[in-house]
Amino acid sequence: MITGAAKEAIPVIEFFNALADPDNLFLQYAVIMGGLASISFGIIGTFVTTKRIGYLAGAISHSVFGGIGFALYLQVKIGLAWVDPIMGAIFAAVLSALIVGLVSIYAKEREDTIIGTLWAVGMAAGILFIDRTPGYFNLSSYLFGDILLISFKDLVYVICLDILVLGISILFFNRFFGVCFDSEYTSLRGIHTGFFYLFLLVLTALTVVLLVRIVGIVLVIALLTIPPAIASFYARRLWQMMVYSILLCTFFTWAGLGISYSYSLSSGPTIIILSGAAYLVLLVIHKLIK
Amino acid sequence: MNTDLDIIFENLSFAYHSRPILEDVNLQIQKGEFASIVGPNGGGKTTLLKLILGLIKPDQGKIQVFGKSPEKAREKIGYMPQYAHLDMAFPATVLDIVLMGRLARKKLWFSKQDRSLAHTAIDEVDMAAYIHTGFSELSGGQKQRVLIARALCSNPSILLLDEPTANVDQETEENLFSILKKLNMDMTILLVSHDLGFVSKYVKSVICVNRRVVIHPTTLMDGALIKDIYHGDLKMVRHDHRCSEGGHSCD
Repeated sequence: MITGAAKEAIPVIEFFNALADPDNLFLQYAVIMGGLASISFGIIGTFVTTKRIGYLAGAISHSVFGGIGFALYLQVKIGLAWVDPIMGAIFAAVLSALIVGLVSIYAKEREDTIIGTLWAVGMAAGILFIDRTPGYFNLSSYLFGDILLISFKDLVYVICLDILVLGISILFFNRFFGVCFDSEYTSLRGIHTGFFYLFLLVLTALTVVLLVRIVGIVLVIALLTIPPAIASFYARRLWQMMVYSILLCTFFTWAGLGISYSYSLSSGPTIIILSGAAYLVLLVIHKLIK
Repeated sequence: MNTDLDIIFENLSFAYHSRPILEDVNLQIQKGEFASIVGPNGGGKTTLLKLILGLIKPDQGKIQVFGKSPEKAREKIGYMPQYAHLDMAFPATVLDIVLMGRLARKKLWFSKQDRSLAHTAIDEVDMAAYIHTGFSELSGGQKQRVLIARALCSNPSILLLDEPTANVDQETEENLFSILKKLNMDMTILLVSHDLGFVSKYVKSVICVNRRVVIHPTTLMDGALIKDIYHGDLKMVRHDHRCSEGGHSCD
């Protein structure tokens, strides 16, 4: 078969053909989602990486599972039809962001304990809620993401998030810069660093909720931190690191999507393996040059 | 109020987790002072700086800076933290870092004036050639100068430096002190020195901190005094060769 042979030979072309097919709306949504979401991921990921709070983002993302489980429970078991899993996800993410933020400001020595607890309790609560909720749920799409399940509603959410993240980052860029580089000095300049730190964590929480749609709870930290980690090899200034991260994140989601579609692989893990491999290769090259 | 006094400590005590760090401190810092804060590790040197900055509160007694509370006086205090505490890989140029000195509650972005003040401050520490260089690419001594420029950029009346001579070689240290000497004409300077018993020839007084705080003019420093401060732990006392130069009388 000619088509079969062509598919084997040049899967990339096959992917573009599928993308152009108006019947494959899900694929177009996935591509648009990947590009739009990369804006928030790149900006927030840069803050998270430079402030070195990747593990906080990890705790937030795992607590999201508890929120999703709780929302499904309310929706199906209790019958609150208006409850959407994303509401539970946002609620859990913001709540855990505020908890870890306040703990790290006021009781630094307990930080890692609290983070570990939120991480595990979030996952456990999610599973228990789903146990008590009738019906079948595709757990793996929450855990590892499925960009091909993206709906039009998700695109609206991501546009809102992009506007929020871009607007706030431009408005408070210098304050966030100060909080990430030298929080103590920034507070001496009269800036309320505690407030901006919490603000940053809440933005991280909202971004993580969206990330979960694409790469899933377990893989969130990777897509949030790998593009900025690569960007940091080449960027000399914070905003440059953001721009590079956005471009890299877009590339990884699109390329990962293309590969996963062509070879029938799960999209989230494909994106992560691709970015992880790129990071390792570039890290070695970077070290060799230096 | 004596306007010649920049900083006044009155019967001040501070404990950390009920472990006394500073006890019954009475200290007056004159305007135009150039003092080195010395003492053993954990003796309370950094604590003293943080009290002046209002980052921590005394348990007893009080501290006044320009006759005001430290929080209110903060705007006129330039502070250089130990650079080892900062993220060395942070993506920022020298200008980006120095502009932090122009951060203020009332404005969101830096103005043209902020930028020109930053340029002036960078000139003052002889770093003009590196203005667009990445902070992470600089040597230890250059990083310290950038952090001093950041402190200068906020137009301070007092300059506080935490271990500006840590991890720098002799020559860098000399350069640093000649910059500080120039700055001392306009502002009071307090610096923490990790080098016990070391005092630069430009320093006018030595503040000895080991739970208790005593200030000595450098002209009165001698071996016996240092020995007394460190409770005779002479292993920790290193006399730099410059110690015997200039303003000291080691009789």
